[in-house]
Amino acid sequence: MPDLGKYAVEVLSAYAASLVLLAALVMLSLRRGRAARAALKEIEAKVKKDG
Amino acid sequence: MSIWSYANPVKFLALSTKVQPFLWVAAAGCVIVGLIWGFFGTPDDFRQGSTVKIIYLHVPSALMAINAWFMMLITSLIWLIRRHHVSALAAKAAAPVGLVMTLIALVTGAIWGQPMWGTWWAWDPRLTSFLILFLFYLGYIALWEAIEDPDTAADLTSILCLVGSVFAVLSRYAVQFWNQGLHQGTSIPVATGERSVSDVFWYPLLTSMVGFGLLFLALVLYRTGTEIRLRRAQALRVRAGREL
Repeated sequence: MPDLGKYAVEVLSAYAASLVLLAALVMLSLRRGRAARAALKEIEAKVKKDG
Repeated sequence: MSIWSYANPVKFLALSTKVQPFLWVAAAGCVIVGLIWGFFGTPDDFRQGSTVKIIYLHVPSALMAINAWFMMLITSLIWLIRRHHVSALAAKAAAPVGLVMTLIALVTGAIWGQPMWGTWWAWDPRLTSFLILFLFYLGYIALWEAIEDPDTAADLTSILCLVGSVFAVLSRYAVQFWNQGLHQGTSIPVATGERSVSDVFWYPLLTSMVGFGLLFLALVLYRTGTEIRLRRAQALRVRAGREL
């Protein structure tokens, strides 16, 4: 860990906030993507079954 | 093969599925290397101290916040002129990514500003135009959600995107347009190429910027695929409902 001196709180909080926001963006995107795939699969199966 | 052939959702999905694994790996690699290099491998600045390490997050996120809007502008224009649904959905997919990039730029800027400027916020031209850009992102996303008919939503959000582009330009050039305020000029002037950043800070910053750019691309391709699938599911639901 580098010596961040008197600005340690500022630097660490900037990194923490940014990484949390990026992680949330990626996770929410992946979750929505999985939900969309499942929804499409379900309706395609239903349409196929109903002819 | 013409680029317009990728306006076909099936072709677009096939191509984006192929390139995405490489994009995700390259994006993660560049972001991780850039941030670790910047955080652990660079010295403190003689004036800013260790707060200079915030640059590796602030500059790439600000860059992508503006460029995301320009990407939305181009895809919105393609929608308005050529009516390709994939382009409208790509703009829709990019907006939340741009919103988060703008938020990161605002938050890291405020955290850096407190010890360096003595204030979290100032009504400086660049800061203010960035805040307005953030509000435009929110408005753009809200407009997509508020309108039921997807083509009408695409039309209206495209117009909003054209209007918001003024603020995207202002965010980029505010320091040059109004020679006042706290925010310093750009460290990497595109026109002259004469950067004021020392190599020791520049290379990790460049790596981080490339990483954020690739991450944006990967996220937009993935999210556009999601929007295409949701649109297809909705169309099938409507068709199945009519046939009952």
